[in-house]
Amino acid sequence: MTAPLLQVRDLSVVFPPRRGRPPVRAVDRVSFDIEPGRTVGLVGESGSGKTTTGRAILQLQPITGGSVSLLGRELTTMSRADVRAMRRHMQFVLQNPYSSLHPRMRVADILAEPLKVHRSVAKAEIPDRVAELMRLVNMDPAVVKRYPHEFSGGQRQRIVIARALAVNPDFVVCDEPVSALDVRTQKQIVDLLHDLQTKLKLSYLFIAHDLAIVRAVAHRVAVMYGGRIVELGDADDVYENPVHPYTKNLLEAVPIPDPARQRAKLAAATPDPNFRGRDGETGKCVFGHDHSADHSPEWHEVGPNHAVSCKFWPPGVTPLRS
Amino acid sequence: MLEVRDLTAEFIREGEVLRVVQRIGFDIAAGEAVGFVGESGSGKSVTARAVMRLAPEGSSIRWGGRILFKGQDLLALSEREMTDVRGRRIAMVFQDPMASLNPVMTVGQQIDDMLMRHMSLSGAQARKRTVELLGLVGIRDPEHRADDYPHQFSGGMRQRVLIAIAVSCEPDLLIADEPTTALDVTVQAQILRLLMRLRRELGMALMLITHDFGVIAGMVERVYVMNNGEIVESGAIDTLFAAPKHPYTQALLAAVPRIGTRRSA
Amino acid sequence: MSDAPAPKKHHRGQTMVFIGLAMLAVLLLIVVFGPSIAPYSPSKTSPNSLDGPTAMHWLGTDSIGRDLLSRLIVGGRGTLFITFVAVALALAAGLVLGLTSGYMGGKVDLIVMRILDVIFAFPVFLLAIAVVAALGPTVRNLILTIAIVYTPAMARVVRGPVLSVKRWDHVEAARSVGVGEFAIAIRHVLPMVISPILVQTSLILANTIFTVTALSFLGLGPPPPDPNWGSMLAEARQFMELAPLTVIGPAVAIIFASLTFIVLANGLRELLDVGSR
Repeated sequence: MTAPLLQVRDLSVVFPPRRGRPPVRAVDRVSFDIEPGRTVGLVGESGSGKTTTGRAILQLQPITGGSVSLLGRELTTMSRADVRAMRRHMQFVLQNPYSSLHPRMRVADILAEPLKVHRSVAKAEIPDRVAELMRLVNMDPAVVKRYPHEFSGGQRQRIVIARALAVNPDFVVCDEPVSALDVRTQKQIVDLLHDLQTKLKLSYLFIAHDLAIVRAVAHRVAVMYGGRIVELGDADDVYENPVHPYTKNLLEAVPIPDPARQRAKLAAATPDPNFRGRDGETGKCVFGHDHSADHSPEWHEVGPNHAVSCKFWPPGVTPLRS
Repeated sequence: MLEVRDLTAEFIREGEVLRVVQRIGFDIAAGEAVGFVGESGSGKSVTARAVMRLAPEGSSIRWGGRILFKGQDLLALSEREMTDVRGRRIAMVFQDPMASLNPVMTVGQQIDDMLMRHMSLSGAQARKRTVELLGLVGIRDPEHRADDYPHQFSGGMRQRVLIAIAVSCEPDLLIADEPTTALDVTVQAQILRLLMRLRRELGMALMLITHDFGVIAGMVERVYVMNNGEIVESGAIDTLFAAPKHPYTQALLAAVPRIGTRRSA
Repeated sequence: MSDAPAPKKHHRGQTMVFIGLAMLAVLLLIVVFGPSIAPYSPSKTSPNSLDGPTAMHWLGTDSIGRDLLSRLIVGGRGTLFITFVAVALALAAGLVLGLTSGYMGGKVDLIVMRILDVIFAFPVFLLAIAVVAALGPTVRNLILTIAIVYTPAMARVVRGPVLSVKRWDHVEAARSVGVGEFAIAIRHVLPMVISPILVQTSLILANTIFTVTALSFLGLGPPPPDPNWGSMLAEARQFMELAPLTVIGPAVAIIFASLTFIVLANGLRELLDVGSR
């Protein structure tokens, strides 16, 4: 097994109390690795903490605890100048291609900005590199004098991706990169990300709420709920043999593009499971282990490279022993 | 019940005319559920708004053709007559529930208003019905929640409130324009189930607009596929899924991400 | 069938900005070429005092026989010069303070805004009277005073939109790419807040015209013999019945000047769509 490119350990982000509301544990002791050239899909619903996790890894969000190391270098204790220099290796593709490009900068300037910041190519070579980046994302280099509003959503997202790749990063956080796009455009962007990964040996953290898309891109999947990872495993294991009831619930809710099956599914009665039920409980967990006694992590192997949390199980639900 | 013939919609911007809906025709029978699928810019939302005779925010639009609703041409009605149709006979649910709710009125007041205006109920009668409606759309503790403001609800709950407002006057036709696009997948499933249940219980017709074939699959009997302001294919849902004829429909269906499609490498 | 509010508004904005700019051109002409376009020297007296309009003196003369039109033009130059320079200073200070404060946030924001609040808490006019009275009524002091009293308003105008723009996606995108904070503030935040600043600057210009003339009216303006609209009004007050033009002239001039900026501000507001977001 190769050494991980990115190692996240017990990452926590607590939002301070505001207007009388209690502090929020947005990210709670999240740990996972990403190997070189691999994709980890991070799925969850809004408020699950998945976007905050991505921003915290990129040091765009102050963290409360834990560690993030990229290429063996610890990011959380680095000076701000060093983190800026490390941004050469880690980049960000934001969700909304309409708002993540400066509306008054030409595409050429948008793509040149990271090159200038990191002085990655000589000044005279910048136009060549910009053209190369446009070709990399399958766009015509002739249009670089245009402004973002002159492009469609899919084209803008290509520009966003080109900007992220400008400095030859090793790792890219893609935060819902296709959820603002039409289905056909989604597929094109997903295919593009796939090709770029093969070509450039990129690692992705692919954050999305759409489980079907994550299935198509991820090698491993982490399911987040309430700021925690509740299930983590190879994509096939998590999708075909989900263990945590929240994962099952999430997979169950995905609409199937098949009228007969989808009709049957909508007609079936649904329980409204309460995943908060067991939170903070003491004594034996659903796996029959007393974590408060030996301070072991609330984390249980259910298969090779596949583990689930014993938190957030609805009352009365237990893991089936096989 | 609804017969649309030769419908056109033209945006007028700085003297230029841009036709976004090109002489389309479709029908919706009483109690029927019909889907409109297309990408952004296909004209599906403008078509939905045409039935309500609503111009998209901040634009000027010119309608042409006929929209016969129970034999009455909606495009020929005066604005005042149209106000009686809107909300009362035909109601609409939009993608962004927060934008469609008044932030400074409690949700109860907003439903009361509809009931008092369209159903001529008294204040007390209206409130009783409002509480029933909130219960109907699955809001727990409706008596108290009626006094909450929109921002005190989650996205999914807001969409339920919006649906409660839409069905408050028991319309003959409910138009839902991307009602679940902004919502999480589990909430989406709940809202779709709610729409199905209400349709059955209230016997209304449903016009569901979406870009997502997955959303439409279990919800409607017939589908119209739109591209560039035209209907390129229509038919019964099962037939269309099983054997799409138009290349555009085929391309759309092929692009739908499927939960069973694993990574290729 | 249905109506179109947006394009119409845009069109009206264009017309208003055009009118405003034409009016501004008149004002700028006065500031730049004042003495050379005035038919007489503003301090040259003649025996015909408090005359009505004649062929020689289009708007008549004042109490010691000086040509009213010439005094209006040259006086306007004084008033407008003070106004423009003072507002330019306030704008510069407001930009620096508002951008720093809004962008950095936290303690810096708290301290800067509290200090500005102290200035802001005084009525502009009272504060101006106090400062000018203490320092003495020279053109330089007047400019400084007005610049100081309007700086908090300018800083607030800049800070408000900066607070929201700094959270926009393209700012986060720039940061994630590795752009430094100073460059982000200048290149990614500032260009987004120009529109509201333009509108507000125009409104403050209109207010400043009033403040400058009012201070001069009270005798706290630039010392005589240089004319300005405020002191002209004050002098002419006692002869109002004998020669109404001596009052109406400067009054109309003041109204024209402030109207220029109000028209401009409203036109820009509609054209640039400020405040509708």
